[in-house]
Amino acid sequence: MTDDENVLSIEALTVDLPPWADRPHAVEGVSLALRRNEILCVVGESGSGKSVMARSVLGLSTSRHVQPSAGRILYAGEDLLKAAPERMRAVRGSRIAMIFQEPMTALNPVLTIGQQIEEAVAVHVRISRDERRRKVLDMLAAVQLPDPARIHAAYPHQVSGGQRQRAMIAMALMLEPDILIADEPTTALDVTTQAQVLALIREMQRKRQMAVLFITHDFGVVAEIADRIAVMQHGKLVEHGPAADILERPQHPYTRALLAAVPDLASAPARHDFDSAEVALKVSGLQKSYRSKGIFRAAATKTVHAAKDVAIQIRRGETVGIVGESGSGKSTVARCIARLVEPDAGEIRVGDVDFGRLSQRALRPKRNRIQMVFQDPYGSLDPRQSVGSLIAEGPRIHGATAEASRQRAIELLMLVGLDARSADRFPHEFSGGQRQRIGLARALALDPDVLIADEPVSALDVSVQAQVLRLLADIRERLGLSVLFITHDLRVAGQVCDSIAVMRYGEIVEFGRTETVFNAPVHPYTQALFAAVPGRDWSLRRSAAAKRQHP
Amino acid sequence: MRAFLKRFVRHRPAVLGLVILLAVTAFALLAPAIHPASPFSLIGKPFQAPFGEYLFGTDQLGRDLAAALLYGARTTLLIGLVATAIAVLVGVTIGGLAGYYGGRIDSWLMRLTEIFQTIPFFLFAILLLAVLTPSIGNVILAIAVVSWPPMARLVRGEFIAMRDREFVLACISMGMSHSRIILRHILPNTLSSIIVTASLMVATAILIESSLSFLGLSDPNVMSWGFIIGAGRTAIRSAWWVCAIPGIAILLTVMAINLVGEGLNDALNPRLRTL
Repeated sequence: MTDDENVLSIEALTVDLPPWADRPHAVEGVSLALRRNEILCVVGESGSGKSVMARSVLGLSTSRHVQPSAGRILYAGEDLLKAAPERMRAVRGSRIAMIFQEPMTALNPVLTIGQQIEEAVAVHVRISRDERRRKVLDMLAAVQLPDPARIHAAYPHQVSGGQRQRAMIAMALMLEPDILIADEPTTALDVTTQAQVLALIREMQRKRQMAVLFITHDFGVVAEIADRIAVMQHGKLVEHGPAADILERPQHPYTRALLAAVPDLASAPARHDFDSAEVALKVSGLQKSYRSKGIFRAAATKTVHAAKDVAIQIRRGETVGIVGESGSGKSTVARCIARLVEPDAGEIRVGDVDFGRLSQRALRPKRNRIQMVFQDPYGSLDPRQSVGSLIAEGPRIHGATAEASRQRAIELLMLVGLDARSADRFPHEFSGGQRQRIGLARALALDPDVLIADEPVSALDVSVQAQVLRLLADIRERLGLSVLFITHDLRVAGQVCDSIAVMRYGEIVEFGRTETVFNAPVHPYTQALFAAVPGRDWSLRRSAAAKRQHP
Repeated sequence: MRAFLKRFVRHRPAVLGLVILLAVTAFALLAPAIHPASPFSLIGKPFQAPFGEYLFGTDQLGRDLAAALLYGARTTLLIGLVATAIAVLVGVTIGGLAGYYGGRIDSWLMRLTEIFQTIPFFLFAILLLAVLTPSIGNVILAIAVVSWPPMARLVRGEFIAMRDREFVLACISMGMSHSRIILRHILPNTLSSIIVTASLMVATAILIESSLSFLGLSDPNVMSWGFIIGAGRTAIRSAWWVCAIPGIAILLTVMAINLVGEGLNDALNPRLRTL
């Protein structure tokens, strides 16, 4: 067998969408070949049909209305689209295995990890219990899980997200499949864990000479792992080829636009010096801890410090970023500052107002000083209110007349780049990026001194993300806004922040000007974060090349 | 609104239910016009079979069953609607406060709800009517008192789920008062589940009222379907129609309400909307 042999060929595959969808096909005439011993990355934004295509290979459709209608999927000379259900069951898991985005929901919570992996084996091959157990333990060790016996006996919730994904990989590889389909397998993971899991997938693929079909939206991940790349848009394959070609010399305009939208892993040029500006927000000694009490034993009480002696200062017009992984306490700090969560101790001053010590009643009329933009574009807007009244409501409760508030809402809609007519429509009529614009307009309606943006672009596609970030940068410049920007993404932080605070376990471990933190990180954790950014080498090469072209 | 109607109409049984319900309501409203005489007046020989001199025959005292059925529909619908309205008001208030504020308020309100839930509801209604006098107002009160706890539970759950949504946090950070957040933002988002549950509560209320009148615990001066069945049960072997005809009326009405409730659920539930 040579490396060039196709193990899977998708030929002119078309998958239909139900009649009420916004387009007739989820996947339209896609032809793609997967070769032995390679990782083929399928990249696309949400709704590009990449997941539907990958799932069609295994005959997993998300709904009975989404079904393949034309084309062939050839595996070892057999058309999987025409295969009988029994035949598909034999192929699934044993010849073609799949791993999913969220290992918590892909694993059954009432069975131990060991039981589930053993079950996957038992379905396909007959071997004795002891041998099965031994094989599973070997595999758990092979995916570099510490203490395989413990993991084998653990339930999914008892191990970390990264360990769950490793267990999923172990399960997928148990029967030595020819093909592994990985659907956004690292998207739900933190950046340091993501780097380890990507390295593991790469290593297992090389060792077993498998073919991997890797679905992702993240070009960083692609640059890290892909041998070949296929780019999808609106259900069509727009470009495919070797990784180096696509990343360095993209031909199709869509690919170029996507790549251009990926922010560099470098700090943007410093805007100006803020040292002489007045202080807009000063937080010091902020403490917050959560206790989970055991019901019967006092000893079972656990305390988690979400914020330990956090101090942050933002000057007028400045943007300060808080960067950290999940559980680092960055969102808790944001919510404490906005007084959505009551801090245990600490001082919060907004201009001359002692924001932290106001009573709930006295706080309400002063709340306009700090406004928030939230992460979830779908959950952060009341679905029952028209966009106009959503934005006008803030000024309205702070005493503006109905007419003035509405006028203000329309001005703000135009400011964030939406049509004035949007005011009468409802949130579900807008896309994710447009909703984030509406969320921003709502926050600006109260003329806040400080804007807290809690992961405002994390749920958005990369091209939309770039637009929203540009808008945010433009508006803060025009209005002289002070911004506290919470993110897990170092690339994004480098683009928008003037200073960066790196948080871990509720503590700020490093704080400095963005340039300094990016060029010479001091704390080992910051260094580890930078090292783990997927596609780091590619990003650095790219920014170096850009610098050579425009010195 | 048009999309909602479209989804509702797609559910055929719900349309059938709505038609039956509208017919019952029309008969209830038009009762005095169709039958000007009191349903308690004696008009002929007792135990006349249906489809003879009178459409549905007469009962053991010679009263017209058709008239009793028409006037009974008024009582039955009135009690069903008013009792449900009171139960919804109480249930939504208690459940909403408990769910929104959480903590100690939640514990106290939920313990109170549990006290009501641990007493078998029908026995509790009988007990209330035995202590109070059986008048139509007290029947409504008794039914409302035993019906609100499930509503409170449901609304509490919905409010807890809503309270941590980011749009509620956005409301708080704008400086909105609690009452405004509850009434303008959270309540409208829970309305569909409240409407669906309430429609099913009407059916239950009608059944409770019928059972109570069957036991003779309802207002003796007001004609109701349960009352007719209760009065006719001694003669069920010789004059089956006295019990059967109002029984079928109850069956049809309750079924119709349940079908409408189900249709509302399908039309209002956003999770089912895409299919």
